[in-house]
Amino acid sequence: MTLLTTVFAAIISTIIWYKNAPEDEMKIGILCWIYWGASLMWLVDAIFEYVELQAAFFTPAPYDMLNDLYLGLSVVALGMVIWLVILLIQDPKGVIKKSLFQKKD
Amino acid sequence: MACFLVPVTEAVVTTIVGKTMKANEEKQDTFNIKEAEAVERIPFSRKLNWLSNMLWGGSALLAFEHIWHGEVVPWFPFLTAAGSPADMVEMFQEMATAGIAMAGVVTLVWLGIVAVVSGTEKKVLRSWKSEK
Repeated sequence: MTLLTTVFAAIISTIIWYKNAPEDEMKIGILCWIYWGASLMWLVDAIFEYVELQAAFFTPAPYDMLNDLYLGLSVVALGMVIWLVILLIQDPKGVIKKSLFQKKD
Repeated sequence: MACFLVPVTEAVVTTIVGKTMKANEEKQDTFNIKEAEAVERIPFSRKLNWLSNMLWGGSALLAFEHIWHGEVVPWFPFLTAAGSPADMVEMFQEMATAGIAMAGVVTLVWLGIVAVVSGTEKKVLRSWKSEK
């Protein structure tokens, strides 16, 4: 469920990036790399788990599924927080600089 | 247990190499297609940055998962598996299998992306040269 949630986040962020490409003023590209990197790592994790559990891997207990979904959503939120921090630090539109160092008339 | 430490180590290396390359990189050849448009070869440091972003991002989210499951704690020695020798053996085994596989798969995917991008770059430059 965590893998699935992250893959959906990666796909949606890639679609948003593609829609605005080649412009990337909001640095959506970074969000794509974060989610795809995490998706690949969880894919490997899932393969290892599948080797261990075999068919039982596809029939998780409802409690485990809910917990994994909760974790997946938290992971997506953390990815967005990381992206937001990078966006505000790099400030590609110069908004922070303008609002902090605005000259008074 | 601590599989994310392997991609983190690779991310540190790629970030250092990328920063060094960027500092040393000479400006790439620029070919003007139209007056206002230009095709520029993507510097390798930028391509390496894609790998670093995937490794750092993936590792950060994976580290969060380990905190979620109580495998990483905010006090020394930070990894619960470091508490007993038997758990440490299991941790190193996981790093050697899952950790290396994670770093390897991310690197392989990145190599694929770089190969496709380089192929497209060559095509665009070749078509520009033939038009010229």
